[in-house]
Amino acid sequence: MLKQVHFGPSYIPYLLVTPQILITLVFFIWPAGHALYQSLLIEDAFGLSSEFVWFENFEVLFADEHYLGTFKRTIFFSVLVASISMGFSLILAAMADRVIKAAMVYRTLLIWPYAVAPVVAGALWVFMFDPTLGILTYGLSMFGYDWNHKLNGNEAMALVIIAAAWKQVAYNFLFFLAAMQSIPKSLIEAAAIDGAGPVRRFATIVFPLISPTTFFLLVVNIVYAFFDTFGIVHTITQGGPAKATEILVYKVYNDGFVGLDLGGSAAQSVVLMAIVIALTVIQFRYIEKTVEYS
Amino acid sequence: MKLLNTILAVALSGFAASTMAATEVQWWHAMGGVNGERVNKIADDFNASQADYKIVPSYKGNYTETMTAAIAAFRAKEQPHIVQVFEVGTATMMAAKGAVYPVEQVMKDAGEPFDKSIFLPAVISYYQTSEGELLSMPFNSSTPVLWYNNDAFKKAGVESPPKTWDDMKDASEKLVAAGYKCGFSFGWQSWVMIENYSSWHDLAVGTKENGFTGTDTNFTFNNDHVKARIGSIADWSKDNLFKYGGRRGDSLSMYTTGECGMWMNSSAYYGSVKKQAEFDFGQTMLPVDTDVRAEAQNSIIGGATLWVLRGGEDSEYKGVAKFMTYLSSPEVQAWWHQETGYVPITTPAYELSKTQGFYDANPGTDTAIKQLSLNTPTANSRGIRFGNFVQIRDVINEEMEAIWNGSKTAAQGLDDAAERGDTLLRKFDRANK
Amino acid sequence: MIENRPFITFLSHAVLILGIAIIAFPIWITFVAATHDAVRMVQVPLPLLPGDQFFANLDQALNKGISGGSNSGVGMMIFNSLVMALMIAIGKIAISLLSAFAIVYFRFPFRMGFFWMIFITLMLPVEVRIIPTFEVVANLNMLNSYWGLSIPLIASATATFMFRQTFLTIPDELLEAARIDGAGAMRFFFDILLPMSRTNIAALFVILFIYGWNQYLWPLLITTDQSMFTVVMSIKQMLETAEQAPEWNIIMMTTLLAMLPPVVVVVFMQKLFVKGLTETEK
Repeated sequence: MLKQVHFGPSYIPYLLVTPQILITLVFFIWPAGHALYQSLLIEDAFGLSSEFVWFENFEVLFADEHYLGTFKRTIFFSVLVASISMGFSLILAAMADRVIKAAMVYRTLLIWPYAVAPVVAGALWVFMFDPTLGILTYGLSMFGYDWNHKLNGNEAMALVIIAAAWKQVAYNFLFFLAAMQSIPKSLIEAAAIDGAGPVRRFATIVFPLISPTTFFLLVVNIVYAFFDTFGIVHTITQGGPAKATEILVYKVYNDGFVGLDLGGSAAQSVVLMAIVIALTVIQFRYIEKTVEYS
Repeated sequence: MKLLNTILAVALSGFAASTMAATEVQWWHAMGGVNGERVNKIADDFNASQADYKIVPSYKGNYTETMTAAIAAFRAKEQPHIVQVFEVGTATMMAAKGAVYPVEQVMKDAGEPFDKSIFLPAVISYYQTSEGELLSMPFNSSTPVLWYNNDAFKKAGVESPPKTWDDMKDASEKLVAAGYKCGFSFGWQSWVMIENYSSWHDLAVGTKENGFTGTDTNFTFNNDHVKARIGSIADWSKDNLFKYGGRRGDSLSMYTTGECGMWMNSSAYYGSVKKQAEFDFGQTMLPVDTDVRAEAQNSIIGGATLWVLRGGEDSEYKGVAKFMTYLSSPEVQAWWHQETGYVPITTPAYELSKTQGFYDANPGTDTAIKQLSLNTPTANSRGIRFGNFVQIRDVINEEMEAIWNGSKTAAQGLDDAAERGDTLLRKFDRANK
Repeated sequence: MIENRPFITFLSHAVLILGIAIIAFPIWITFVAATHDAVRMVQVPLPLLPGDQFFANLDQALNKGISGGSNSGVGMMIFNSLVMALMIAIGKIAISLLSAFAIVYFRFPFRMGFFWMIFITLMLPVEVRIIPTFEVVANLNMLNSYWGLSIPLIASATATFMFRQTFLTIPDELLEAARIDGAGAMRFFFDILLPMSRTNIAALFVILFIYGWNQYLWPLLITTDQSMFTVVMSIKQMLETAEQAPEWNIIMMTTLLAMLPPVVVVVFMQKLFVKGLTETEK
């Protein structure tokens, strides 16, 4: 945690941490504390009347079967987004690792979606899959498939997953490729001499060696799917049809920002914060270990 | 914390936004695109017409974003003078007594002459208290109508636009038989198929006169009439007589591309339909459900009104009052109505449009206003007023989607919607004691 | 190349090209949509090949826009987005470097307290605390300003966390050597730590720039002055205009324009970006 060798006591560290502590206090701790307090209130939208109700908002939340459904849905969504996007980019990275001369060109072409804002990514996909106008819907209809994600919950879920995974492919690809390229070539060569084919080498050497990167990406992707996909859901489905794509962060937004149920929404925020802190601790523990190891 | 705030405020004030001039009036609205340009024109024209006040319009995103932004701003004491709020936010705004400055009061305090009798009853009844005080100024109001495709009707052998739901079925069957992908669709389903279906047939959406006489109300839209109608539409969807196309106006393209021969949605889509439809289109009144009533009652409005928020200077509210007078003048209203397809909010504006020959040149454009003023509004047809209605509409959307995709029956879906809606009503009651 | 298997090499290229075709398809559609007129974009089937309206749409997007008829084109908004993204990226990197330095290299009372105070902010998105944050910003009179757009988004610990990891991997000998040379804390920071963190800084710059560029809910809430609107937020607004159909050609043209700055940043910094990130996470 602290360097074995470090500077002695002085006023300098206080000055150094001041900007960040100040910003964190004013723009994070204070609002988050406010949210915490708000989760114990039932309040009207304008803040003109409020009643302190202890944990009633939480009780209502956890008694609501729809909320528990949202929980499960979020996990399903996140796992699928992470695995599709990581799987796809792992394959591409493995291929790019073989054709190293051209890898740079491919990388440059693949990286674009990373720069697209989630709301805009959502707009692009919903445009392509619009049940009436969409170009891909049109393509599907030629195969006799009638796509309508506004009615069919599974199609809606598939669409948000595809859009969310699409945006993340570039990022994952960059990391996988870099990890593969940092594997000593001698290891691969030795295995090749022993007669191991490309698939076998990938399974026995490459994949185990990039596992720290894989773990890191898994955490990043899960966090991404949990929190940053809000804009995608917002533009594609608004949580519909019939709650089929309502994930936790979207519900926080929708109940608080649209529905103006500040207490209920704040209670959900608190639950989310707890999840975030848990995830942080897990990631932290893990990275702490690997750093000590290296 | 307070000290810190002060220090930071002082430190940052040099870079902060400019403060309002004394006679500037802030107006936050939700009109994007072409209508946004029209809003700017109204503001510019008003500013040019006098020198004392300056209306500053700001586009704040869609209706929910605009409303939430205004509320967040109010909580932080940075609220605009005027904010455009959609009709479903009415109960929320009404309940905020300390925040809202009733528009009738604004006019009175400013000494601005205000004649309520010139407003169309169906338009202002939605926004009046039970004592008759007008709370907010209607701005963009519309009502759902039945849009149809005349070319498709000709091709399919439909002789005249449907007048009843039986006609709807008949016409849809002919359209599908003629090769169209679907008979009809609609958008804003809670508004069109629950709220307006109910008022059109003089059915109550909820107790206590649809919430007008008290907040301790319960939903009654899960009655047998609505269930039967929604149920039959769900059945029809199996034969593509009906096709669902999304919660808001996104099914517009199903109509304008000719996929569906009929579409029920706001009359305010006139501009978009005119621009996009490459066929002979028309609008007519909503179909009557003869199983419920022989004749229609009247439809209710949607759209938004302008609410005045408290917290400004008296001089600024004088400007607000002047602007409201300007806005409801026949010339401005007639122009706005003819450009956008929203209904004129006053009788003089309607009369002016008539004398200008607008309805002769654009047949069908008076459908909305005729529908609204078909009969004197009853307790069931002057509007609805339920708290948390933004969320309740989401609930209704969810349950109706479950009905359309077959995972629930109409009866079950509507019962669930009413039950979940009632829970939200109670929640609103508690929060607004 | 370890062994020469032409078929596998061919297969690799084929898979990559297919992958790119899938990944790039939405971008291509965006471009195509930006080259047609509005009416063409609501007719089935939509075009797969570019039309001839590119410059007309470009002109409208740049000079007129459709957002609220503000009559201000995309230029101003792109500038605002740029300022916001740069302030977030640079501001966050600066404060994070300093606080990570303090936490790793100094022993002082409340060190762990500060540490945790910073780290609980890790990853929590602004969406879930947006209304209270808005109130703070409004109280500080920071609405409609670049400060209000950027500073609240700086309050998160990702960057501090990353610099901390980097600093921990820097050999202790360096500090000892610097001390022998008589270098003070700040001199060590500027002469040794900063240059050694170059790739991390570059990587974070990319991440934060894109993070800042892509914000929309926050700018939407705190800007009322049209001269402060950002481009991503205005794209979102164009998608939902009350009772009107979206003008896809202009939306897509704006999307293309809005994509360019972050793409330029990512493409030109991709090497440093990966290097900076993988060095910490190995």
